[in-house]
Amino acid sequence: MLDIFEILGPVMVGPSSSHTAGAVRIGRMARTLLGAAPVRADIGLHGSFADTGQGHGTDRALVAGLLGMKPDDLGIPESFAIAANQGLEFRFHTVRLRDAHPNTAVLAVESAAGRKLVLQAASTGGGRIRVNRLDGVEVSFTGNFNTLVVRHQDVAGELARILNELSVCGVNIANMSLCRDRRGGAAMTVAETDQRIPREVLARIRTLYGVLGVTYYEKEED
Amino acid sequence: MALDSMEEIFDKARTEQKPFWQVVRDTDVEERQVTAEASFEKMRAAWRAMLESVDTYRAERRSVSGLVGGDAQKMWDYAARAESFCGPYLQEVIATALCVAESNACMNRIVAAPTAGSCGVLPAVLVPLFRRGSVDERQIVQALYVAAGIGAVIGYRASISGAAGGCQAEIGSAAAMAAGALTALRGGTAEQIGHAVAMALKNLMGLVCDPVAGLVEIPCVKRNVIGAVDAVSAADMALAGIESRVPVDQVIDCMGDVGRRLPVEFRETALGGLAATPFGQSVRERLEKTRQTTAGAAE
Repeated sequence: MLDIFEILGPVMVGPSSSHTAGAVRIGRMARTLLGAAPVRADIGLHGSFADTGQGHGTDRALVAGLLGMKPDDLGIPESFAIAANQGLEFRFHTVRLRDAHPNTAVLAVESAAGRKLVLQAASTGGGRIRVNRLDGVEVSFTGNFNTLVVRHQDVAGELARILNELSVCGVNIANMSLCRDRRGGAAMTVAETDQRIPREVLARIRTLYGVLGVTYYEKEED
Repeated sequence: MALDSMEEIFDKARTEQKPFWQVVRDTDVEERQVTAEASFEKMRAAWRAMLESVDTYRAERRSVSGLVGGDAQKMWDYAARAESFCGPYLQEVIATALCVAESNACMNRIVAAPTAGSCGVLPAVLVPLFRRGSVDERQIVQALYVAAGIGAVIGYRASISGAAGGCQAEIGSAAAMAAGALTALRGGTAEQIGHAVAMALKNLMGLVCDPVAGLVEIPCVKRNVIGAVDAVSAADMALAGIESRVPVDQVIDCMGDVGRRLPVEFRETALGGLAATPFGQSVRERLEKTRQTTAGAAE
């Protein structure tokens, strides 16, 4: 079900919950999953984001999110100038995606340390978002839960090993998915959890056999 | 328990002998694992942010296009010097709807309810009641739970996004939420709330999303007014005992279906409706030129 405070809320800077607040959240999600401040961002806009994004401040909102702002930040209208000060280079272009939600953005971001991430997410209304693709692998999560993203090899028993770590520390899974690009190739497991995942558990998952990378998004309290 | 249908809320209200708002609050308590007090405080904070969005209105502020701003003040001035057709409450509803929606277009801070484009509807019907002292804060917060529960059902079964379902999904949903909130404030039963929701939603069914130049300005600001007035009339009808013949969940499903069938031109793409009029296109062209000039100056 929908969180009632996603319906009566968010408290946000206008003018559009989907094109402004949702866009801030998409940018912020990319920054969080990158695990660092991005220094470069290549942003593709699809559908209504491409057609009407400019007038809604979608571009400024995405950049504001990449800078770590939240949807109620009065600095959103000035995000381009702030990005210049903080050393974030960005560029926008239009993309045409198949079967994507009309309010979709594809963000290719890079940190100063050279870490890269490609995220495709949709703003699904009322400021809510859904991440659809991460580094080319299909996913589906919203940021309304604590979210664990594990990139791993497609080998037998991998999921059981990951879930065992969550289970022993009492973390309950609300939703989850596992997708791979090809048999024996790279796979991605995404688990949305009710409880926060302790740091030491994340560290243990990182060292599991077959695990290539772990990213963790912690649900924000307001 | 999830807020998946109005029928489910009615059942719960009946079997547990609870008012509508409490069913919604208890669902929130269960879903987010918070105390009833914490949930209530969060809703109170949303209400106070709504009040603030009215109080921080500035008539001189203008939107990106320069075409939106100042109309709420005109309505207040008119109400002060002439007898309006609408009477004291409705004229205040109209002015408040304009005021919050204009603030949104001018990048002020507002409460999306359920979206930013439709943020004026709920404060429009509630703030005037609160200001004249006919209801207290506690009652208002309870009414906001009713509104949120209705919005959750609509969002789950249909849509609250103009890009997905047209303006009926934004202003229509906001009107349905406001109609339910008003009905609850006057002691309406859960079923009466349902009828108010159904009537408010039916009366804006099919409304297209056609923003001029793609901005949440024209016609969005004034559509907040029709959403609020729709809500007031639906609540009064429901409280009079008038019922919607089509059951409320079916009306909601139908709104979702109509939204999916709307051509893409009428779903926030700014390719049809008022956006495609010669006036709408001229605004778009003017803004395009300004943008290019600004970009050129920046380089």
